[in-house]
Formats: sequence, C-alpha cells, structure tokens
Amino acid sequence: MNTVTRVTSTFAVLAAGVFGTQAMSADEAEPNRIIAIGSSVTEIVYALGQQDRLVGRDQTSTYPTEVLELPDVGYMRALSPEGVLSVRPDLIVALEGAGPPEAVEVLKEAGVEYVSISENYTRDGVVEKIRAVGTALGVEEAAEELAVQTGARIDGAHSNAADAALNGSARVLFVLSAQDNRILVGGADTQADSIIRLAGGVNAAGSVSGFKPMTPEAIASTAPDVILMMDRRGNHITGNEELFALPAFQLTPAGRNKRLIRMQGAYLLGFGPRTADAIADLSAELQRISGS
Amino acid sequence: MTLAMDHDGLNVAPRDRRVTARRVTLALFVLLIVTSVVSVSVGASNASLSAALADLIAGRDISDLDRIVLWDIRLPRLAMGVLVGAALAVSGVVMQGLFRNPLADPGIVGVSAGAGLGAISAIILGSYLPASILAWTGNGLIAIAAFLGGWASVLLLYRVSTRRGQTSVATMLLAGIALGALSGAVSGVLVYIADDQQLRDLTFWGMGSLAGATWTKAASAAPIILISVLVAQFLARALNGMAMGEAVAHHMGIPVQRSKNIAILAVAGATGAAVAVSGGIGFIGIVVPHLLRLATGPDHHRLLLNSALLGASLLLGADMISRLIVAPAELPIGIVTAILGAPVFLWILLRRHGTMGM
Repeated sequence: MNTVTRVTSTFAVLAAGVFGTQAMSADEAEPNRIIAIGSSVTEIVYALGQQDRLVGRDQTSTYPTEVLELPDVGYMRALSPEGVLSVRPDLIVALEGAGPPEAVEVLKEAGVEYVSISENYTRDGVVEKIRAVGTALGVEEAAEELAVQTGARIDGAHSNAADAALNGSARVLFVLSAQDNRILVGGADTQADSIIRLAGGVNAAGSVSGFKPMTPEAIASTAPDVILMMDRRGNHITGNEELFALPAFQLTPAGRNKRLIRMQGAYLLGFGPRTADAIADLSAELQRISGS
Repeated sequence: MTLAMDHDGLNVAPRDRRVTARRVTLALFVLLIVTSVVSVSVGASNASLSAALADLIAGRDISDLDRIVLWDIRLPRLAMGVLVGAALAVSGVVMQGLFRNPLADPGIVGVSAGAGLGAISAIILGSYLPASILAWTGNGLIAIAAFLGGWASVLLLYRVSTRRGQTSVATMLLAGIALGALSGAVSGVLVYIADDQQLRDLTFWGMGSLAGATWTKAASAAPIILISVLVAQFLARALNGMAMGEAVAHHMGIPVQRSKNIAILAVAGATGAAVAVSGGIGFIGIVVPHLLRLATGPDHHRLLLNSALLGASLLLGADMISRLIVAPAELPIGIVTAILGAPVFLWILLRRHGTMGM
C-alpha cells in the first residue's frame, strides 16, 4: 500500500479516515470510495442509504441536492481518466453508455472496479437497475427490498393512471427544445414516450423514433392536447407565452387552451427510484387537464 | 494577397533575421522541453513525477496510481499532444505558402471536412459493420474512419483540380468549399438519424480532445505525422519561391508541380492523422505560423521547424488548461484553443491591417 504513505494531498487526507483503519485488508473490504455515474444510479445509491460511500458523481447527478457537494468528474460520456482517478475511487458504478471506451479501459487497468448498469425505460428496467446497483455495492438484500417496493409503486401508479384514463387518453407531445422555432419532439423509443404511456397518455409524436426535429405542419397534425417539457432550473429557455405563439402550436388543442406541463428532467425521464412519483404526478396533471 | 515579404526577397533574408530565427529555434526547443516536463508533472490527480523518479532511483516500486497516471495517461497524452500540435502548425505553414493566403488552413484541402464525415459515419453507422471488422478496429474505428475520410476527400479534390498534370490551387480552393458543403449535407443526414447518445458523441468529437490518448493511438499516428512533418521541412525553398507566384518559382528552377504534390500529401498525412486521433482542434494551424512570421519573417527555412516546435508547445499548454481548469472533469481542448486562438488571430489581423494595409 504505497499509496497510503503519501498523505500530503487533500484527497489523501480525506482518504485517511477510510484507508487508515482498513489499509491492511483494503482489497477484500467492500468498496468504500464509490463514484456514481448517471443520475438514476446516484439516486439509487441514496435510496439504498449508501451515500456515505460516495466520493464523486458525474455532471448529470444533481439529486438529491447534497450530492452537489461531491466532486463532479464531468459529463458521463466524456470522462477524463486522470480526473476520475484523482478522487481515488475503488468502485465506479456507471450507467450504460458512459465513456469514452479508452477512459474506461484505463480505469479498469488502474485496478478500479467498473460496473456498467444497463438502461431500459420500463418498469422492469428500473427494478433491474436497482438490483444491479445493489449487487455492485454489496447490499443485495436492501436492493431487493427497494426493487420490489419500487416495482409495486410503479405498478400502482400505472394502474391508477390507466384507470383514470379510461374515458379518453390525453395526447401528449414531449418537446425537448423549441429554440428558434426549431422544435425537437420525443418520438417512440425515448424515455419521454415510456413515461407518457406509463402515465396513461398517448404520445402524439409516436410515429417518429427518437428525439427528432418536427416541422410546424407535422406538429399541428399530431393534435396534442397538452405539451410536456422539461423544467430546467433557472433557465426558462422558452416562456409559455412565446411557446404558444409559435405557429406550430397555435392550431393544436394544447395551444388553443394553453396547456403546458413542465417537470424536472431527471425526475421525469430518469427511470430511477422516483419514477413512480413522476408517473403519479404526470397522470394527475393529465387528469386535471382533461377534466378542465 | 501575398505573404508579407522583405523587399530584398525571400531567399536572401537579412543576416540578423537568420540569426534571430536560429535563436528562436533554440528557445522554442527549450520551451517544448519545459512544457513537456510540466505537462507530465501536473494533472487532476496527485500522482507526482518527482515522487515516481525518486522511487525509481531509490530502487523502490512506483505506486500503482503513479505508474498508471504517468505511464498510461499522461505520457501517451504528451506524445499525442506533441505530434498533433506539430502536425497542425506545420500543415498551416504549408497551406498558407501553397495558397499564398495567410488565412489558409488545412481545412481548405478538404481534410477536415472529409475526416469529420468519416468520424460521424463511424459514430452513427459503425454498429452496422460486420462484427469481424468491429473486433479488428476496436476503439480505433472512429479514428480509422476519420483518417480514411480525410484522405478520400483530399484525393477527390486533387483529381478535380488537376488538369493535364497541372494542379490549380484556385480550383482546389473553390472545389474545397463545394466538397465541404457536400460533406456537411451528408453529415446532416447522418445527424438526423442519430440517437441522443450519438449526437452527444458527435458534439464532443467536434470539440476535440486528447483525453482518449493511448499508446496505441499515439503509435498509430506517430509514423504518419513524423514522416509528413519531416517531408514538409524540405519544402522551404519551393514555398519561398511560390510566394512570389508560380511562374516566378518555375523560372527560379523550382519543380512547382512536384512540390505541390508533396505539399498536399504531407498536409493530408499530418492533418488527417492529427484529426483522426484528436478530433477538431482549431486555430493552432493559423496562430502559430503567424506568431512566428511576426518574430522571424516569412522565410520558410526556419518557419517550418519553428512552427512544429511552437505548435507542439502551445497544444501541450492548451491541454494542461483543459485538464486542470474544471478538474476532476475536463474541458475539450478545441474550446481552449479557440478561446485562446481567436483573440490572437483577431489581433494579428488588426495589426496587419495597420501596418500593411491589407
């Protein structure tokens, strides 16, 4: 353990509390310096009560707010190997697609355990994600409990939403951005599509796949009852009035009635422990709108 | 627009300028060594070069973290930074000489557009390739595609602008713009069908980075860049001659067409390989030659060597900023070179305007 001898740097000082007592058996011990990459992974670590073992996070991990105090190792697809190593992790739990691959290879070579968590925008996807994070952290039992509970809550929220939508589903158009009148909508095979359907709505842009720009005419013909957007904290790129002033929305039912739902991005699209709440919230909003 | 030149011609630069140029070469050499040592010594982690060397000398084992950070992360990155910086700066000098235009950069012969299209195709369509090819290329797929794309577009441009054994640089310039637009359009189609993650990969590729530096990448790019940069050193006389016009150069006994061929090949090799391993890094190819022309005049004999040295040092400096400024995360180096390079470029333009009446 030559590394322990140098305690001059900040990180080594921080590490001393951990390494000092466990230096002899560090290899066998549970990983105690964990970097979570991906907002839902970070949320699961917190939901499992394992946040004290976190030493770093990626740029997308912003919930719960206390995670912001941890060092940010950058955007999950553009990790810097030395930056990641500088917080001296012994385990990295990363959402599928983190990279670049060269960085991941160097990290593995440096002896850091690297676990990739696969992503699937479904109820089962969330459940599997929780189990996988639990296994990586060595807290399988707590994870199983959380997984079953989260699965049941999503089922409950979904069936409530489906019941409420029996007398007609709202057509929902997810708008990722609407800058310069260029409107990017969420089609099939996106997180937005999954959450809309789980909340008992119909994706008005279901005929395209992925996040795609859509012409104003095509948007008018999708006839959404309501627009769904992400609420970027303190950064309202498009005000509601401006949005409904766009020709694309003026002729739609959503535009005529000025119906817009904004929800926080990681909450709405993260597919993590809070997804059941997101489904319930979205469904309630949809009900309120179709009732009005 | 011609290169800034002394009244007494290019080949017979004043003696004091030659002496200055030699001193500048020496100074740039020292600068490169200093930046290299600093570049290996600093980083987000507290791995330390001096500690590792002390361990080595004392016969102790270097700690694992020091070994990985120094040997597998910082050193390949240093090697790639030196190669890419030298390649971009020398390509800039050659292009500006060949096109007799101080604003020319390697983008003009279509390398960047072609390489960009190659990289974008690999990012978006790479997964459709047969598994055997993917297994062989591994992580290098984007780099290989970018390199091939760069070469393909240079060859195409060369064919278009060469008639009866004569390459017209004017045609090449215009055809380059057309080819760039076409590459942009095809890239646009690919971007349209890209998914969310691929789009982010594209964005980051375009901003350039040395973060993906590995020994494999550095070793693949090294022979191509070294040969191209070396070959370019022998173009000095031809570029000096061509600065006065191709007809004059021809009468001076310079093999104009052969020099053009060599220049285009060298630029395609150096820039193609540099862009392939590091993505889009701008401004080095314009700012470095200009700074040196201000210091030592337009004679290509020293300019080519000095540009390689200064380009390498500047890129290492920019890379240090990109690694440290938001540590432990990293700012793409293309952003750093643009933030530093664009104001310098503007300053050069204003200065030129004042002194020479462009």
